[in-house]
Amino acid sequence: MCLIARYLEERGIATIVVGTALDIVERGLPPRAVFMDFPLGHGGGPLFAAEQQLAIAREAVAALESLSEPGQIINLNQAWPEGDVWKSAASDESADDVRSPRDLTPRYQLEEDRRLAEAAAGD
Amino acid sequence: MSTVEYMRTIREKYSKMGYAPYGWHEATDTPPWTPLAKPLSECRVGMMTTAGTYVAGQEAYFYKDDTSYRPIPSDTPVENLRFSHLTENYLPDARRDPNCAFPIEPLRKLAEEGVIGGLAENFFSCMGAVYSKRRVDEEVAPAIYEAFAAEGVDVAYLVPL
Repeated sequence: MCLIARYLEERGIATIVVGTALDIVERGLPPRAVFMDFPLGHGGGPLFAAEQQLAIAREAVAALESLSEPGQIINLNQAWPEGDVWKSAASDESADDVRSPRDLTPRYQLEEDRRLAEAAAGD
Repeated sequence: MSTVEYMRTIREKYSKMGYAPYGWHEATDTPPWTPLAKPLSECRVGMMTTAGTYVAGQEAYFYKDDTSYRPIPSDTPVENLRFSHLTENYLPDARRDPNCAFPIEPLRKLAEEGVIGGLAENFFSCMGAVYSKRRVDEEVAPAIYEAFAAEGVDVAYLVPL
């Protein structure tokens, strides 16, 4: 995503990267970024936390105006609802991973999605 | 508590699973910069995620260097949003509440409030996890740029998975 942010910004589109993996964002060095110390998959915020999700988006767009130097990362200091317990699992390289084979087969969330997509492709 | 060392953890995990190490881009130069051309309240905002978001009825992503993207109409009801990404263990919450990884409702709210000037007709998603930097530079980034440019956005809100 950092590469894409740079590509867009070089061509006149202002960007804000809303990241949850600080080490990856620090290395990729996008033009503008905000960070939340959340598990991956939660750049929008915690589950069913509409108010916190809105607060995050509000702060992230505000950073577009407040950031003034390329490469800055603002820590939004958003609190994860259940504290830091998630971090031990996220740091465990031996933990099981849920994965399908890496091939060219589309992986639908729902079987019904496959039928819809195939019907649409057949139109 | 310190932040998670994702690059180290994921490298070790992949190595144990027999996958090639994923190479994140590591930049050393000063990033480019486009100043906001107008107040935020007048900016047209686009969004993109690398969470493998698609709309029911669209083709899903595949897990081997999928460089394609999907346009996601910014008025899509959240119940029609889906996710397919090779790191499926990051998706359970997004599959229950798509705003976790694709914050479409918060951005709609900010547009309603007038905090931002408006939303692009289409947001975008791809899957990320493309092993080739060359293919990101030559395929993904130009396609996404063209798509955002066609939407006339001033600002791109970018949410990595």
